Amino acid sequence: MRKSFDLKSFLTKNAVTIMFVLLCILCYSFSGYTLSGLIGQMVDRLTRNAFIVLALIIPIVAGMGINFAITIGAMAAQIALLWVMEWQIPGVQGFLVAALLTLPIATFFGYLVGKLLNQMKGQEMIGSLILGYFATGVYQLLFLFVFGNLIPMTAPNLVIKGSTGIANTLDLKPLNMMYALDDIWKLSFDRALYVVAGLFIAYALIRYLLKKLDFKALIRAVVTMVVICAAIQIPVVKGWFATIRIPMVTMFVIMLLCVFNVAIMRTKLGQNFRAVGQNGVVANAAGINVNRTRLIAIIFSTVLAGWGQLIFVQNMGSLQTYGAHEQVGLYAGAAILVGGASIVKATNGQALLGCLLFHLLFLVAPAAAKNVFGDPAIGEYFRVFVSYGVIAVALVMHAWSSHVKAKPENAIKEAGKLATDNT
Amino acid sequence: MSSEYILEMRNISKQYGENAVLTDVTLNVRPGEIHALLGENGAGKSTLMNVLFGMPVIHSTGGFQGEVLVDGESTHIASPHAALDKGIGMVHQEFMLLDGFTITENIKLNREITTPSIVSRVFGKNLETLDMKAMRKDARKALDSVGMQGLDEFMPVAGMAVGHKQFIEIAREIDKTGIRLLVFDEPTAVLTESEAEQLIGVMKNIAQSGIAIIFITHRLDEVIQATDSVTILRDGKLVESKQTKDTNIIELAELMIGKKGEAMVDLPERTSPLTDTFAMSIKDLHVDMAGEEVQDVSIDIRKGEIFGIGGLAGQGKIGIPNGIMGLYEATGDVKLFGEPLELNNAGSALKKGLAMVSEDRRGVGLLLDQSIEDNIVFNAMQVNGEYLTGLKPIFTQKNGREIRKHAKRMIEELDIRCTSSVQHAGTLSGGNQQKVCIARALTMNPKFLFVSEPTRGIDIGAKKLVLETLVKLNRQQGMTVVMVSSELLELQSICDRIAIVSEGKVVDILSPHASGADFGLAMSGIKPTKEGADV
Repeated sequence: MRKSFDLKSFLTKNAVTIMFVLLCILCYSFSGYTLSGLIGQMVDRLTRNAFIVLALIIPIVAGMGINFAITIGAMAAQIALLWVMEWQIPGVQGFLVAALLTLPIATFFGYLVGKLLNQMKGQEMIGSLILGYFATGVYQLLFLFVFGNLIPMTAPNLVIKGSTGIANTLDLKPLNMMYALDDIWKLSFDRALYVVAGLFIAYALIRYLLKKLDFKALIRAVVTMVVICAAIQIPVVKGWFATIRIPMVTMFVIMLLCVFNVAIMRTKLGQNFRAVGQNGVVANAAGINVNRTRLIAIIFSTVLAGWGQLIFVQNMGSLQTYGAHEQVGLYAGAAILVGGASIVKATNGQALLGCLLFHLLFLVAPAAAKNVFGDPAIGEYFRVFVSYGVIAVALVMHAWSSHVKAKPENAIKEAGKLATDNT
Repeated sequence: MSSEYILEMRNISKQYGENAVLTDVTLNVRPGEIHALLGENGAGKSTLMNVLFGMPVIHSTGGFQGEVLVDGESTHIASPHAALDKGIGMVHQEFMLLDGFTITENIKLNREITTPSIVSRVFGKNLETLDMKAMRKDARKALDSVGMQGLDEFMPVAGMAVGHKQFIEIAREIDKTGIRLLVFDEPTAVLTESEAEQLIGVMKNIAQSGIAIIFITHRLDEVIQATDSVTILRDGKLVESKQTKDTNIIELAELMIGKKGEAMVDLPERTSPLTDTFAMSIKDLHVDMAGEEVQDVSIDIRKGEIFGIGGLAGQGKIGIPNGIMGLYEATGDVKLFGEPLELNNAGSALKKGLAMVSEDRRGVGLLLDQSIEDNIVFNAMQVNGEYLTGLKPIFTQKNGREIRKHAKRMIEELDIRCTSSVQHAGTLSGGNQQKVCIARALTMNPKFLFVSEPTRGIDIGAKKLVLETLVKLNRQQGMTVVMVSSELLELQSICDRIAIVSEGKVVDILSPHASGADFGLAMSGIKPTKEGADV
């Protein structure tokens, strides 16, 4: 028996997301963007940012809230990138070496973060936030004093001219690292859609052949895909997407992470994440090593965030040495909350939807503000205000709902209720 | 070779510091029997079980003396995990279930069935995929064996009735392979009557399959109904171990409570006898205090009497003073000296002349980083505006001289052992902290005093002093005192009447001279009749 649709609970549960959708629509209507222009920008921003938002899911499931310390993962990636530039490894190879180098550095940083967060159970979010600020200081020391000074850098343009320390901006273009991942394989939107639809149908077919899917569901999957591919042939729709080119490899990497997030939850380790996330005491009583599980969750998150930062930087084409990592945790955290995740529950879908909405507002809000108030700065203020506001709202809503939930947890009362029900 | 007993605990003794909690206790359990472990709070039941499970709290406090034999073999159980390896499992009193997990996932928690994959071969066992189908089958079997045929094994645990949760907890233990001995820690405490009956049926089924059960309970009727043999502890000592069929409910109650001991304090005669004017009339009181719920309590307390409220922990006796004082949400009708008392308003309760010495000394009772004198006058200052000087009512200052004078008098009167009145309360011993709490309550010049667990965690000399203080207040100033305590002996030595609370209700109001059997039966929720219990 399916529950009937309850509008009120749907609205309260998704209040943040709905508010954002409305805001986006409102701002879009004043922004003066054309739909096709907007879609083009959004594809760019999504492929650039989605990975790092997805990196937040595992710690949330493991009960540690939003891991604002992904900032530190981003720093690990930037350290790796600096050395790749020092070694002058160009293009895709350079990107891959940076990714490989990120792995041990971020694992080490994640280990330290995890150790610390294990000492402050229940305060992980504020802990990781402050830790991010602290690490920024250490990072500055490293980049201003250690690199290029104690450890000399030889590659051109890495060090501030006439001074010491790493330059403010590192340009990736000379090494052909801009779009290193994005440009491996690009397809126009309709072709990309055919590829994805084809893969989806193939996947459904395999599941059907393995008898995990019934015939009806297979047909439904095939028909849906065909309809979508047909819809894109309509000239108006085709027009919207005409100029858009999809970086296929980047997209596949993001999809791979989504699959990973799902797959890991179906393993013993994933079950441990979930158990620890729900109740550390119970998990511990069942013999699960709670601290170790939390440590692994943070390490995963830190490494993934590092790779996410690499994807971000290669798309931007240059690295803001001292600023690129700063807002990473905050923006990713806000994005996942906008998508309807809470600090105790998050899914791939919520992360992607949140990323979409959050960056959509980032695009349209300044444009709308410029058109309405004649000043894009108001839109800037607005989006900063919104990103902090979203986090505050999410925290309040969580505190409120867990307070409401805590009330009826009253054993004797429930037993009494049961007794009266039975008679 | 199998021995007569699956479990023998021989001559177990255990001290926490100077305090002996178990002395020379022996417990023998046969395979396939249900063995009741009976005793009041503090009788040593949980310590004995902690020893059995090798809990860290035992090892970190110097271990224990005596010998544990499993299946005739002397064993050393170092941790709960080791206990499980020996086939000893526990059904917890508070549920060890994850709300967001399905029943299956809970039953198989950390014992999931997994299948290896390519990834797991490289990165280790932790990345093996869960085999939900096999897990589901096992869960179904376990659920069926506890008589929960109607329960879908894929339902999430959240929002489930407490009774069902209890059965899931049991199903999880049964699902563990090699279980030979199961400990049920007060499993029926949260169950309805029909569920409790079902549970006993399940326990009998489990026992029939050869698994021994230790059944910790305070419900005497269930002991008679369900068990094969029974071991009774009192004050950390073995009282009796016998076959259930050779005993009866009254004898059990008597053994559990014991004969009335020596009175702890001398009770002077009252100068004038008690009259029937009521200091407080409580009607239909409900208090929403987690773990100490009060359901529908009505008591009349006479002016000038010392009224005791007793009962086992977690049954609601502590909820009564907390509810009336406005510390926890309460509903009902309370009249103080004939005037209605506003509930859920601690300030007004204090103003009306009620005062309370809280059972939670370190939590709500004392400001630990403040001096003794500040602690003593805190409420009087805040509520009554006493001990203040300066431009009243806004620019007030503490009246240091008055405060010190008063504190000195209190320290002398109650014999608070301290270096000076400015010593921090947190550095005092438990007994002296308690006296500071009493001093503070007295500073309010109360007409009516609640004292909740005044002797918890303090040594015997201090206990006596606290009790004597209460008697003195009562006899000399005519103050009405309501004392809540888990220690029956204390209540018996100073109270005029004692109400026994069980499951949030007053079972009976007894004279302190009533027999141990009457008290024992009342504590397990059975109201004794005039001629003794009607079994």
